Amino acid sequence: MMTSTLKISALTKRFGDVAALSDVSLAIQPGERVALLGHNGAGKSTMMKIILGLIPATSGRVEVCGAMPGSATARAQVAYLPENAAFHPALTGLEQLRHYLSLRSEDPGQAQQLLDQVGLGAAARRRIGTYSKGMRQRVGLAQALIGAPRLLVLDEPTSGLDPVSRRDFYALLDQFAARGTAILLSSHALTEVEARTDRIVILSGGHLVAEGSLPALRRLADLPVALHVTARNGYAPALMDALPGAILVGGALHMACPQSEKLALLGRIAGLGDKVADLEVLPPSLEDIYSHFSRRDGQ
Amino acid sequence: MITPRRILATAATEFRIARRNRWVIIAMALMALFALVLTAAGSAPTGGLGVDRLSVTVASLTSLAVYLVPLLALLMSFDAIAGEVERGTLPLVLTYPVSRAEILLGKLLAHLAVLGLAVGAGYGVAALAALLTDAGSLAGMPALWRLLWSSLALGATFLGAGYALSSLARRPSGAAGLAIGLWLGLVVLYDLGLLAAVVADNGGWFTTSAFPVALLANPADAFRLFNLSASAATAAASGVGGAAAVIPLWQSLVSVLVWPLVALALAHAAFRRVIP
Ligand SMILES: Nc1ncnc2c1ncn2[C@@H]1O[C@H](COP(=O)(O)OP(=O)(O)O)[C@@H](O)[C@H]1O
Ligand SMILES: [Mg+2]
Repeated sequence: MMTSTLKISALTKRFGDVAALSDVSLAIQPGERVALLGHNGAGKSTMMKIILGLIPATSGRVEVCGAMPGSATARAQVAYLPENAAFHPALTGLEQLRHYLSLRSEDPGQAQQLLDQVGLGAAARRRIGTYSKGMRQRVGLAQALIGAPRLLVLDEPTSGLDPVSRRDFYALLDQFAARGTAILLSSHALTEVEARTDRIVILSGGHLVAEGSLPALRRLADLPVALHVTARNGYAPALMDALPGAILVGGALHMACPQSEKLALLGRIAGLGDKVADLEVLPPSLEDIYSHFSRRDGQ
Repeated sequence: MITPRRILATAATEFRIARRNRWVIIAMALMALFALVLTAAGSAPTGGLGVDRLSVTVASLTSLAVYLVPLLALLMSFDAIAGEVERGTLPLVLTYPVSRAEILLGKLLAHLAVLGLAVGAGYGVAALAALLTDAGSLAGMPALWRLLWSSLALGATFLGAGYALSSLARRPSGAAGLAIGLWLGLVVLYDLGLLAAVVADNGGWFTTSAFPVALLANPADAFRLFNLSASAATAAASGVGGAAAVIPLWQSLVSVLVWPLVALALAHAAFRRVIP
């Protein structure tokens, strides 16, 4: 039997009257990459801070690598990238990384290599005070990669990264996951996680509203599929008769149907033969799926 | 569990930051400058007192240190926790396998090193001047050594107090206000209050019983007492120095040694309650 790296059950956190998290349960297995999605204020950062033992939970149970959050055992095996990672501006990237390596009892000599890995090699000897936001974010990533953490907790790791660095970042994560590191990363947009995760967890107003792989969420959302049919010259009226519910937009017929009727509709369109010049099937976008879940139970 | 490795790593980084922020050079220059001024002002012949020049210098350096060492210590420490909270650097470091006690001890070590360099520069300059003008000054070397290490103990006390205030205030501006308040209260107003009470009391119960305890209870006064009563130059000092004659040396020694521990315990208790 595999033991979960992270186990959360019935977690609730209140700040005075604000319920930041309500009855959230979640487990992450070794090597699993989980994306935590939600609008601003959904409770993502709060959940991560509780996992790290930075703030106490109001109720519920959290177990990190079999230990209490924030215990010495847990801290030795968990790495964190805070939202808006900040460092002392007077230190250079290299000095900051050497410091973090020492705190983890690792060889400070690895600092340069870690900075190279996140594309900061050239700026290693410059003070962090001169870094851009994206560069500070990379220092944050570099320190999270120190040693062999069993759990990576990354709060909006891709914010401030350009698309190419974002891809490199996910490639780095894949290496860690392959070695058995469980990964929990947050984002406020489904497009940002680029479907490079095994499982998606959507928080809305502190409630866990959906959980599953992207295809599973797609099925669960059951959002209508859009179809665009282009008629061969002169056949548009005939197609309009054959496909009730379609509307004519710039010479093409636009229509939508539930997932379950998609194949039947495609069959009917195929039956129209050479009256049809072209057919385009547009599945619901990532943003559509995400909005569907994050609004359903939201404020 | 306290691990020297993590304390030293923290100390090295903090010292580097202090150097980059010019704290090391500012503190050394400040102490050296004041020591030079003192030396120049006190260069009158001392033959009449029957003590060597270095012992006289130590007595005046004591009066200087009582103001400057707490001030430097508080200036270096008020930002230690509140600054990290404000910059947002504290949450990350608290997820590392390093305890809050180790973080505090690391900062303390670095700041003590800066203080050590500062008082070393100041006392060094003054001692050199004394040795150059009076060959008999070697007799004052033990007093100088005592002043040096007790200055570090005094510094540790106010560094600890600064960390405690920094943890309580959470914001650097608030911590700065509290630190200045503490300095004024303990180093300036406390003595004025005692003096006023002694004058009003006119040799009664307060002067004989409460006054010595009040002096020992204040780390700055205990530091002054300790150095003056141990020094051959008590006569050369003014003010509180007179009380040094009646309070046994071991009592001020205990105060000088115990206060740093108390201050650090307070700092740790306050830091533990900081939620990043
Ligand atoms: N320290 C705090 N004090 C009071 N309310 C807080 C605190 N931290 C977070 N909150 C509230 O908890 C909710 C969740 O916040 P957060 O976890 O930061 O959301 P997210 O990271 O998903 O944007 C928000 O309503 C926020 O205002
Ligand atoms: Mg957040």
